[in-house]
Formats: sequence, C-alpha cells, structure tokens
Amino acid sequence: MEHEYDITLTVNGTAVSRRVPARQHLVDFLRDELELTGSHAGCEHGVCGACTLRVNGEIVRGCLMLAVQANGCRVDTIEGLSDSKELAALQKAFYERNALQCGFCTPGMLLAAQDLILKSNRPTREEIRNHISGNYCRCTGYEAIVDSIEEVVNGKS
Amino acid sequence: MKAPAFAYAKPSSLAAAFDLLANPDAKALAGGQSLIPSLNMRLSSPELLVDITGLPGLAEIKVLDDVVRIGALVTHARLEQSPEIKKHVPLLAQAVPHVAHAAIRNRGTIGGSLALADPAAEYPACAVALDAVFIIKNKTAERRVKAEQFFKGLFETDLKPGELLIAVEFPIAAKSDRAVFLELTRRHGDYAIIGLAMHNERFVFLGAGDRPKLFLFQKDLQKAKEGLKAGLNPPADLYNSSATKRHLAGVLLERAWNTNTTSR
Amino acid sequence: MGKAELPLHAPGTKVDRGYIGQSVPRPNAKRLLQGRGTYVDDLKLPRLAHVVFYRSPHAHAKIKRLEFSAALKLTGVIGVFSGKDVAEYCTPWVGVLAHLKGIKSPPQHAVAIDRACWQGEAVAAVVAETRARAEDALALIEVEWEELPAVIDMEDSLAGKKIIHNEFSDNICFRREHDTGGVDEAFAAADVVVEETFDFGRHTGVCLEMRSILADYNAAEHSLTVYHSTQAPHMMQDIFSRHLGIPEASVRVIARDVGGSFGIKVHVYPDEMATAALSVMLRRPVKFVADRLESFATDIHAREHKAKVRLACTKAGEILAFDLDDLTGIGPYSVYPRTSGIEGNQVVNLTGGPYKHQKYRAKLNVVFTNKNVTCQYRAVGHPIAVALTEGIVDKAAAKIGMDPAEFRRKNLIPDDAYPYTFPSGVKFEKLSHHKCLDLLLEKMQYEQIRLEQIQLRKKGIYRGIGLAAMIEVTNPSPAFYGVGGARISAQDGATLRLEPTGMVTVMCSVTEQGQGTEGIFAQIAASAVGVSLEKIKVITGDTGVTPYGGGTWASRGAGIGGEAVLLSGRALRANILEIASKILNVDKDTLDIESNTVVSKLTQEKKLLLEELGRVAYFRPDTLPMDFQAELTVTRHYTPRQYGFTFTNGIQASLVEVDTDTGFVKLLKHWCVEDSGTVINPMLVDEQLRGGVVQGIGAALFEECLYSPEGQLLNGNMADYLVPMSGEMPDIICAHVETPTMQSQLGAKGVGEAGTAGAPGAVMNAINDALAPLNARVTAMPFTPERILKALGRV
Repeated sequence: MEHEYDITLTVNGTAVSRRVPARQHLVDFLRDELELTGSHAGCEHGVCGACTLRVNGEIVRGCLMLAVQANGCRVDTIEGLSDSKELAALQKAFYERNALQCGFCTPGMLLAAQDLILKSNRPTREEIRNHISGNYCRCTGYEAIVDSIEEVVNGKS
Repeated sequence: MKAPAFAYAKPSSLAAAFDLLANPDAKALAGGQSLIPSLNMRLSSPELLVDITGLPGLAEIKVLDDVVRIGALVTHARLEQSPEIKKHVPLLAQAVPHVAHAAIRNRGTIGGSLALADPAAEYPACAVALDAVFIIKNKTAERRVKAEQFFKGLFETDLKPGELLIAVEFPIAAKSDRAVFLELTRRHGDYAIIGLAMHNERFVFLGAGDRPKLFLFQKDLQKAKEGLKAGLNPPADLYNSSATKRHLAGVLLERAWNTNTTSR
Repeated sequence: MGKAELPLHAPGTKVDRGYIGQSVPRPNAKRLLQGRGTYVDDLKLPRLAHVVFYRSPHAHAKIKRLEFSAALKLTGVIGVFSGKDVAEYCTPWVGVLAHLKGIKSPPQHAVAIDRACWQGEAVAAVVAETRARAEDALALIEVEWEELPAVIDMEDSLAGKKIIHNEFSDNICFRREHDTGGVDEAFAAADVVVEETFDFGRHTGVCLEMRSILADYNAAEHSLTVYHSTQAPHMMQDIFSRHLGIPEASVRVIARDVGGSFGIKVHVYPDEMATAALSVMLRRPVKFVADRLESFATDIHAREHKAKVRLACTKAGEILAFDLDDLTGIGPYSVYPRTSGIEGNQVVNLTGGPYKHQKYRAKLNVVFTNKNVTCQYRAVGHPIAVALTEGIVDKAAAKIGMDPAEFRRKNLIPDDAYPYTFPSGVKFEKLSHHKCLDLLLEKMQYEQIRLEQIQLRKKGIYRGIGLAAMIEVTNPSPAFYGVGGARISAQDGATLRLEPTGMVTVMCSVTEQGQGTEGIFAQIAASAVGVSLEKIKVITGDTGVTPYGGGTWASRGAGIGGEAVLLSGRALRANILEIASKILNVDKDTLDIESNTVVSKLTQEKKLLLEELGRVAYFRPDTLPMDFQAELTVTRHYTPRQYGFTFTNGIQASLVEVDTDTGFVKLLKHWCVEDSGTVINPMLVDEQLRGGVVQGIGAALFEECLYSPEGQLLNGNMADYLVPMSGEMPDIICAHVETPTMQSQLGAKGVGEAGTAGAPGAVMNAINDALAPLNARVTAMPFTPERILKALGRV
C-alpha cells in the first residue's frame, strides 16, 4: 500500500506543496514531481554523488534523503544556484577548462565544489581532491575539475 | 531501484516515538545514510519508518564534569566542526574525517552509526577504545551500557525492541592520554579494510571481526604484535583474505605505537 | 589562397587553419553545467509506462514455470510478459561476423525463453505506471528453476567438460591462430628468452548515466521513435527496423545528451530491445532505465584475459620474436552485432605492435562462460596487448641489464620506416615512436627521476617508473565490421546549411557523449566556411535529421566525422562564393570568406556580409540570374579506405610509490605523449587522454567484476566495484607529436582510447620497477594491496 504525506518546502526560493509517497527519495521528487531534472540519480545507494543537493545550506545525497524528510526544508538545486549566479565562477572555470564531458556528474560536482569554496579557506590541491572524492566522474580523470576549483579558490578574495 | 512502500511518522516527543516503535515492523530513521540505501536496494522492508530527527534534546554536545555527552542525533559534520570534541575527545575528532564524504557526514549521525553496529565503521571502535557509555531509553526507563557490552555481533547490539540510543558519553581526555586513529582504505572515504582506534593501552580494531576487537597492549611492541597475531582473526572481504587483514592490522599497530600523537 | 583550398596538413597552412588547433571551450558544455541537458530519463511522454525486468538469480538454469498472476493483480501494473510473449514482437539475433572465421553463437532473445545463461539475464518483463510499482510487482513473480551446471572459469570452459549450449560440441566461440613462420627458430637462436603469464580482470564501463531507452510506438503510423542513450543511432535504427518489423524510414532514433558511453552503449541489449518491442505490443511509450545494480549485472563487461607471452631477444637487446597464447571468456553469447570476438582478435593484431621484430606467433581462444557477456569497451584489446607487450619487454630489458627506455629505443620501429606492415598483418601509414619516446623522456626528466629513485631506495622508499609504448586502432575502415556483414557504417556524413542570418547549421552523423565532437565540428565548420565560431550550431544524434553514419566508437568521430564536416564546409563555402559572385557580379575566384564576410581575395576588402547574402538567396532570389539556383545546403560523406585502420601511436609513463608494508600504490604522476595526427582542439584532446588514462588506472589498480565459483557477481554495486575517484588520481602531463594522416584533408586520427590503452601497462611496469629490488613481481590486474603483499611474501 502506498503511504502518502503532504509536504511543503522551499525549492530554489519558491514554496511548493505536494503529496508524496513516503518511499520517494528527494531526487526522484525533484525530478518527477517538480521536473527539476538537473539533479541526477546515478546509483541510488549514496555512492556516486550525482544527486548532490543542498538542503538547509548543507550538501546532502539526494538519494539518501526522503522527500517527506524535506518537509519544511530549504532545498537548492543546480537550476536555482545557476539562476542565482552563485555558481557562476565555478561554471565559468569548468567551461573554460573543459572540466566536464558527459555532464551527468557535473551538477553534483559543482554543488560539492561550491560547498568547499564556502567553507574552506584556500584549500590545498589535496584537500580539493579529498572533498570531491565522493563524487564520481568517469569522463575527465578529475584533473581539470581540481584545476577549476583551485582557480576559483585562488581567485576568491 | 526504488524502495518498497512504507509508512512514515515523525514524532515530536520521545513518548510518541516509543509508542510508534512499539510496532515490531517499525524502524527508527535517524540520518538514514545506511538505512535508505538498504531500502533503495530493497534489502529492508519495514512497515513504518519512525523519523526521530524531530525529537528534542538529542542533538547536543555537552561538556560535563568528566565526560562529553553527545546526543544520538549529532551529525558527523557537527562532530567534525566541534572545538569541544577536538579538545576533549581527540580520538573521535581524528576518526570523523574518515567517515565517508562531506555530503554524508552532513546527514549521518553518531547514534545511527553506533546503533547500526557495522564492524567496519569508525565510531564503534572509538567508543570501545574510549570506554564510552551508551545511554539507552525505552518508554519507561533509562539504562547505561558500556561500549564493550553494547556491541554484540555483526550489526547486532544490546538495543532491545522499543529502545532508542539517546546519547553516548565519552570520558574527557587527560593531558597524558595518547590517542591515534588510523585506517587503510583503497579510496578516500571508503569503508576501511582495517582500522585502529588507539587510546593509551586500548587498541581497538575495526573491520577485524563481527564487532570492534579490543586488545590491551602495554610497553612491549613485540609482545603486542604477537598478541595481535594470536588473537585477531578478521573475516575476509571481497579483496582481502583474513591473513592480509591480520598483516595490515599489525602494520597499523606498529604505526600507532610509533606515532607520538598525544591528546594535547 | 583561402583556407578551404588546401589540406590542413599541407606545408604553409598554419596561418590558414582558422580554429583548428585552438583550445576553445565547447559550446554544449554550458547547458550541462546548468543541469539543463536532456538525458533520456529526463523525458516524459503522455501515457508513458515503465518496464522492469525479472532477472535470473542463477548463472545457468532452466525456467520450469513462470507465475505472473499475483503480479498482474497489483494496481498500476499494465502487463507482465515472458520471453515467448516478447518474441512475438521481436525476432532473435546471432552475434557473428563472416570475417571472424568460424565464430559461433546461439540465437539470443530479448527476454530469455526456457533457459537463463547468466545471473542477471532477463526472463520476464513487468510494465507498470511507475518504476516503483513495477518493482513491487517483480517481487510477486514466482519462478520455478532447475539449476543447470554452470561454467564459470574460462579454463574449465576451454577444457569443455561441461558444454553450455547443447547445439555446439564445445564452448569455443572463436579461435584464431597466426604465424609468420620462423618463430621456433628465432627462439632457439635467441640469447635470451623471457616468458610471463598475465591475468586481466573483468571490468565494466560504469557510465554515470545508466543505460536508458524510451521507445514510443505510434500504432497509427506503424512508426517508432526511440530516445536512446546510444553511440550509434543509425545502427540502432537498422536493428529496431529489422527485429521489430518496422520500415527503416519509420524508425527514428534520437540520442540527446548521453551520460558517458565508453563503448558500453554501442551494443544491442536484450532489455532495450524488449522495451521497444513492448512499446509496439502495448501501443504506448515505454521507458527503461537500468538501475545501478542492473548496470553491473547486464552492461557489457570486458577484458578477462589470461595471456601467456614469450619474447626472444639477443644479448645486445634486439627483439627477435613474440609468441602469444591468449584466452578470454565472454559470457554465454557473442554480443550482437559487433561480436565478442573482436577484443581477442585485437590482442592478436596488436601484441608487440610498436616493435620491429619480424617473427610472431599467436593463438587465441574465445570461450563461452555463464557470466555476463563481454564485448567492446574503451580501447578494446589494447590494454591487454600493451600491458603484456610492455610487461614482457621490461622483463627482457631487466634480464639483459638494459635500461627500459634504452631497450625501447633500440627496438621501436624507426620513424622513417613507413608505410610498414607489422607481422600480425596490420599496416601502419606513419607513426612516430622515437619522437614520442624522446619527448616523453624530456617531459618527465627521466634521468633525474631515475637518480631520485636510487636515492630514495636507500631510505627504504620504493618508487617505480613504468613505460608503455603503444599503437592504437583509430578511424576504422569498412574492414572492421562491414566486410563481415554487419550493418555498421564506416562512413559518416555532414550536412551544412547557411541560414538566412549568416549562421551555419551543421548536422553530423557522429554523436556526442561528452568528448566534444560537437565542439570540434563547430571549429572545423567555422574554419572551412570562414565564419566565426558563435555562428555555428551543431546538431547530432537524430536519424531523422542528420546524414547516415556510424556514430561514435573506435576513436573515429574526429577523423571521419570531422573530415565529412570539413568537406561539407568547403563545398558550402564554394557555393556561397558562387552566389556572392552573382550578387557582386565578379568572378568567384577573386572572392574569399573571412570573418562572416565575403571579401576580396586580393585586398581583403569587405564586399558582402553573409547575412546579406543569405537574405538575397532565400528571400530575394528574384534578383539573381534566371538560370541560377542558390544551394546553401550541402552534404558530404567520408570513408577511410586506404588502410584498414589509421593507426596512432604514443607512449605513457607512470611514477608510483609502493608502500611495502601495506601493499598500497600511490600514483605520483603520469605522462602521456600521443601522436593523434592533426590536433583540432588541444584542450579537448588532453582531456580525452586524461579521462582515458584514469580509466586505465582503474584497470590497473581497482576494477574487477568478481564472481563466485557459482557465477554470482559479488561486487555489483558502486560501493564494492571500485572506480577511480579524485583522491587517489595523479596529475597527468600530456604532450603531442603531430603526424597527420594523409588519407584525409583534415589529417586527424583518433584519440579517445589512447589513455586507456597505455595506462595499465605503464602502471604495472612502474609497480614492478618499484618492487624489483625486493625481487617481487605482479602480473595479475588489478594490483590490489593483497596481490602486492603476496608478491612481497608479506602474507
């Protein structure tokens, strides 16, 4: 039997209310219900990082959080953080260095990278590598991603 | 894969939580970083998830006279950032960065990790090394259990149906205490092949059996190594035989022994 | 002279190359960076249904009974289907090719009928309104099995005590022997003979976007539109058409953004065929997105070779002969339509490839097993051939006491020896092994790190340096598949259209999976026509729109698709000048196009903006001469034909440090020097190399699909199958030698697989170099801590 619950949350600054099945995880909710398809489900067991989202200002694995748990939360996705220009510097660096190929990991990677930029003061290259070590990219080999983050970090005043 | 259907409740008081958890097919949901993957892979099919993250008073780090009391809902990220933990429970502070990745540390909780009792996880070994005390409640009573008695086997604890782990008390480290946390992972953030939480003469290995494996070693490294060889019989994993893990445990033992890290 | 007139690699063309050779960012990255790409799972259609599959829990078992009644009762379930049900809408296939003589495989159905041959093979399909509901129904399906003897180990398979397919008398899918003659004599005469057996683990591609397909059958038109995460839309169009009985032109395959492919998405998958068949059967759109666990169990696997190689050489270090015996296990079926014989065949073709010995003998056995199927995955056969060649070469060098770089210098085919026929029969147009070796040694400061290595060893720090020279198959001609009867196009086409506003739309049959093909096509088109880059819009991945072609595989996109774009761009430019000459009333030979403007060739004086030319040609053709029709859409095709393959070459080096207590390998640095001909976009080429190197490192250190003796996949999830993550990867230094192919005007060769081809061998040699003073050696990939500790005698 499907158990459904009413939730209200703020997604990319807009309040939304929906009735959701308890079993639906947050990424499926965003993708299927809100049609915010920028967050990707790459494994649904919390390993690949493609579904990385920001909930109440902290990055989380979107597949390891239920939509009902997000009731009352503030959720930010790649779409919102692109429109607000918060990710503009990272996106520019990724673009110029080709720090993405297929793009499937990219939204999650950007959110993980931005988390480091917000929280860390001039992280070393090794710290950058470690911080994104939960975000899988099969295409790039990571170096261009690390270079891009490093560039933004160094450009940060 | 998608999780099987279940009901969900988020009680706002312990009393309400205990009522809900009286259902034998209910499961407590804290950070969900281990439970939700098992649901998503349909390895677990509870009737009801009781989300305990709304319970008051369980997300505090309190420095008391001789212990630091950590509420079950304190996340890994909070522990990582806490100056109190760094100061008073340095072993735990050393262990936290080894727990998975930032996005998981933001949700996962110390109570969830301890109650899951994954023998490859970091906190159970730290808790045993530090002789931590677990505070457990049910609807009517509270009891205190020493870490060593809490872990009963593979994913098995002293928690009885209807009980919740409320908090853990770690003794405040003394100036002379030595604490070293080491683990070997092939990739940053993975579960360790083998790990060691060392506090003074207490050496606790993770990934080495069905629960944290405690050894008491004093003064003589050679004797300690022999003791380890005789007493440690870790289960093989996908990539490592028991013999390999035992060898690696010996390497960690020697490294910890030779590390001059002190608590201050 | 304008840029369109000469081959780009002709002398003096540097100034006329336009965007060729520039590191410009690729335009399509922008939408992906904002999460605004469109992958298959992002699409929704009215009446969309979702299919999931009941998969065999056994490696080999007879289906005695299928019971769907409970599943069918579940609300939201549209239907539950057996193999027989699906077979009414989809004919079976056989993965063989005529030029792989003797290759055999039994017919394979979209959903297995009667028998499952590997753990994970689909035996029933559930279609429901949501994926979750379909999965609920799966749990209600009852299957009664009779387990059959399973053949898991490939040596057991070769021995043939248990036969997997009753219609055959053995388990051998394909066998090849090659012999130049004189091999035994060479070995008998040699001063030094070295021998080694190498084991290569089974891996899989782990594309971050899982296999995905949305099939939308229109019953009124008897037409099928398939949104597919694929590398080869036209091949799939042909296959859907023939196996589902829909006229080819009524099948349209659309590949929008594809989240990684690496060869995984160029094969016919039974569950994907079933999805299309179910759309036809149910007369509504049906979507299948493999979940990650299904991906591990059913995406093609690759490698799994055991290869014994011998090398004969003189005391002075001259290689005389190679002798190879390779065994590979491919699962129960040869994969359609490319077959699973190609990887082993490549190992035979390529082993010893960089070197000038003349005697070569090889034996290959490709055998069936009851594990998931294997097929072509990035660098097909190359990582095996390179590692075993370079591994045995290092062993020979060590035996005669020669530095491995010097040993290679002595034996690499000289740069002036081309064209050259290698003893395996493959032909090289022009390679640059020595230039690449010199550049590599200079870049990595080889002498210096050798000295450091000696110093550090004294302190008990074990560093190792490994080299791996390689050759690589790129730009395949029809000799790869077409000659064997496969309906796989070796040619590609590009259509260019000048829009009325002076923009240029490019439509090409080569697809984009993130390599940047659309980006380089824009560079080539802009350069060929004479417009600026922002004037170009590239469309790929739609059989309804682009010319016919092969798609993206075998490092062919730039070399073949790029050439088609270049030819088409030049033709469009000529047509534009023709129109300009009518408008301006001057001889077209006096005109050129520069920066979106028709100019005087002589003075560079601006004569006519392309947007003005477009306006006239499309909206005021009445002002043009009566007998003249403007043609602003042109299509050109290209097929490489002079050589079977356009070989590239390169060399890689790895610097590692081995912790001899733990067996852990730390990758300190990696170098890759590659000659891929004309470099169209250095940044994109370097990123292809880096990504490829890291996939190769995955093979060397981490990745292996582990099976139990009963044929159960033990690590089929992201936590247990270890892919390389950022924390452990080294920085990778890339450099280039450019030897353009003279077969095309563009001169580009492929580069997509080079990194993956060379890295495992380089890392292996580095580890063995580090372990050499301890008399330890590893030969079984991946080199786990345990394998290294065992080699060291520590456990």
